[in-house]
Amino acid sequence: MILGAAPPRAVESRSARLLVGASVLWIALIIGAPLAAVIGGAFSKGALTFIAAFKDPDAISAIKLTLLVAAIAVPLNLVFGLAAAWSIAKFEFKGKAALMTLIDLPLSMSPVISGLVWVLVFGARGWFGPFLDVMGIKIIFAVPGIVLGTILVTVPLIARELIPLMAEQGAEEELAAVTLGAGGWSVFYHVTLPNIRWALLNGVLLCNARAMGEFGAVSVLSGHIRGLTETLPLHVEALYNDYDFAGSFACATLLAGLAVATLILKALLERRSAP
Amino acid sequence: MTLTVDGVYKQFGRFPALTGVSFEARDGEFLTLLGPSGSGKTTLLRVLAGLDTPDHGCVFMDGEDFLALSARERRVGLVFQQYALFRHMTVARNIAFGLEVRPGKERPPRAKIKARVEELLALTQIEGLGGRYPAQLSGGQRQRVAVARALAVEPRLLLLDEPFGALDAKVRKELREELRRIHDATGVTTILVTHDQDEAMALADRVVLMNKGRIEQIGTPRELDETPASPFVFEFLGEVNRLPCEIVAGQAVFEGFRAPIQGAAPAGAATAMFRPSETKLDAGPNAEGLPVRVVETRGRGALRSVECQALGGQRLVADMPEAQAAALEPGRRARLSASRVVIDGDGIAAGSAAVPIALQERRGA
Repeated sequence: MILGAAPPRAVESRSARLLVGASVLWIALIIGAPLAAVIGGAFSKGALTFIAAFKDPDAISAIKLTLLVAAIAVPLNLVFGLAAAWSIAKFEFKGKAALMTLIDLPLSMSPVISGLVWVLVFGARGWFGPFLDVMGIKIIFAVPGIVLGTILVTVPLIARELIPLMAEQGAEEELAAVTLGAGGWSVFYHVTLPNIRWALLNGVLLCNARAMGEFGAVSVLSGHIRGLTETLPLHVEALYNDYDFAGSFACATLLAGLAVATLILKALLERRSAP
Repeated sequence: MTLTVDGVYKQFGRFPALTGVSFEARDGEFLTLLGPSGSGKTTLLRVLAGLDTPDHGCVFMDGEDFLALSARERRVGLVFQQYALFRHMTVARNIAFGLEVRPGKERPPRAKIKARVEELLALTQIEGLGGRYPAQLSGGQRQRVAVARALAVEPRLLLLDEPFGALDAKVRKELREELRRIHDATGVTTILVTHDQDEAMALADRVVLMNKGRIEQIGTPRELDETPASPFVFEFLGEVNRLPCEIVAGQAVFEGFRAPIQGAAPAGAATAMFRPSETKLDAGPNAEGLPVRVVETRGRGALRSVECQALGGQRLVADMPEAQAAALEPGRRARLSASRVVIDGDGIAAGSAAVPIALQERRGA
């Protein structure tokens, strides 16, 4: 929230009431109803079927892979996001505008393309395909490909949280720290990091939610090998295509639950960081 | 700790920020870098702090090559315009920062750091505020914290960049005196950047007056006042009246009076500048001087500024004691004269074709 913004007024006028009503109805229709349907579908054959869906080895493998992908993609994007935001916000250099546009690109691009570019680079007919084939390294239709696709899709999320904040804060505190004799790591740890910690955490949570939920890019790169290269979102689709609706919805509920948990955590953090 | 700056050049793109700046700050001296915005004074400060590297030139601190040291190694205390306090640290931790980030062996023991913080809180008269955060302080208090933080590392040189810019007039004056007191108490060589001539003149042992990346004059406030090295210096240091004149035999000749010229000026038509405080206004029957008519009297307290208009349309101001100004009500005719004038460098009087073109060009350059 912007500091100093006027506090919201109580809803009084008819038009305001109408606007609020329309928003609530729309959200309920577009988000609430499908969510309810998913949860309803998950428990349609009872709690036992719901639990059984997670005992399936393929489901367990999908959950493990999803966590693994997030565990690789999020830290990498954390480091890159920090570096990019730092350089964009605190320094002037040539190509800054281009870098900012590039960082944003994955947001405006279909995730399918984010998957396809890796196929073009590492696929069997891609630039490095023959070389990788000789070396016996599998990237496409294997875990490395899924990780690459996820990283590409989630690249902007942390950097975008940090850039506006860091740009607003400027570099003066860091410069002051340097003149007081602090080294690079000291400046980062004692001055920069505390100033951005909430935005950083926010970015990490968003990045994590997206990394676990990504479908398009991962779908292109995974090869859909059950128990090997299927993440949770792909597993949901596979079960659905098998007409295992209860199982599919159970896994979907788990995914939705992860997303909701992330958002609740984010809301709690925001409340704590509010002045 | 003598600071020597020798022939420093710095260019930003095509903009020359510093074009051959040389001066010396003596041990324990309080210097002010004065100049209009864009004169290069902040760039010079950043060069001294190690935040910018000059294209040419040398900076020595007691004979040691300062430019070979990084900002981190120089031990220069820098007070930023907006203070740049660490917003998530308490005042005490802000002040202790420079000591706490020292590598293991050089870091003073905790008790010593604490004692030093208390000492600095007392020196800057903010005892009891150690536990507060910067956001909970007034502008004046923040400035004191910034000074205390810079002094904590026992800097070899204290630099302040427009430290009073963000404060209101009353606090500004108070802090100005405070800063001078702190300087005298610590004896640290201090350089303060400002565009406010009153501030520069009130604080400094010596003033370094800059313009367009060059030093126009270095001297005590009194020297600058009494013997300005250039028309720019004279004009920058205070309000001026401007009046066309004819230079004859080293004197400025006006309609009704003549005045001695400060410095040298070639003969011919010119524009003279003189201070309201060196302007005399006389309504007596036998008075000599330029005939003027009083327009209005401004100011309060003991000193008044009387504004009047010459027949040629020029507006001129004379400062005088209140008792004297009382007689000069608006509309009154009087005679105006000046006790000394400075000739404006590129101020060849408008419409004077008498000055040869070559001379005009030389003066303009």
